[in-house]
Amino acid sequence: MKDKKPMKPVFKEGAITSDFIGNSIYKHQTKTNIGAHNIFLGQVRADDINGKIVSAIEYTAYEDMANQKFHEIRELAFKKFDLTCMHIYHSLGTVKAGEICLFVFVSSPRRKVVFKALEYIVEAIKADVPVFGKEIFEDESHQWKVNS
Amino acid sequence: MHITIKYFGQIAEVTQIREESFKFSGNLVSELLDALHLKYKDLKNKDFKVAQNQELVSGDVKLTGDDIALLPPFAGG
Repeated sequence: MKDKKPMKPVFKEGAITSDFIGNSIYKHQTKTNIGAHNIFLGQVRADDINGKIVSAIEYTAYEDMANQKFHEIRELAFKKFDLTCMHIYHSLGTVKAGEICLFVFVSSPRRKVVFKALEYIVEAIKADVPVFGKEIFEDESHQWKVNS
Repeated sequence: MHITIKYFGQIAEVTQIREESFKFSGNLVSELLDALHLKYKDLKNKDFKVAQNQELVSGDVKLTGDDIALLPPFAGG
């Protein structure tokens, strides 16, 4: 490990449930210095690619490197923005169309910060973290997703 | 030296394995890639980046003996 602080676990097997997200919001009610939360939820799209519909994405990752990158993104975001807390969860394994595969949650005393911070974090995850997505079609053939 | 090489996503589909210990005597990342292209012909059609010890590296970087990973385009989120 390259940093002293422990890394927070990011990956979760399968979809991120609305219960989990709701509970995560609930847990922040005791942190009364927070005045603004902002949440990003990535959802698997049922893309139509040449007449074939995506039914799920199967996520894999270079987990050691991905955890290191998530950690770096986290540390940098805390340096750049006045955040009270930040949570990132990403799915591994199969996530069906319509289900949530990425949950980013930032909190701050003030609202303006959380808008900027959330965009920064989500874009950094898409660009820098070695996660791979296999788009499974309804006929069980597949293609590999590329972030645009 | 023996270098552990990890393959992911569509690269692992080409190599048919996720990891191997590769015996290699060259110095540079680019030389290792040449050897891998000889072993896995279909790699030439694939887009990927290379990480050494979990950091992205270019071809002119020296091999350290740390793990190498071939990473296809990222698709997180």
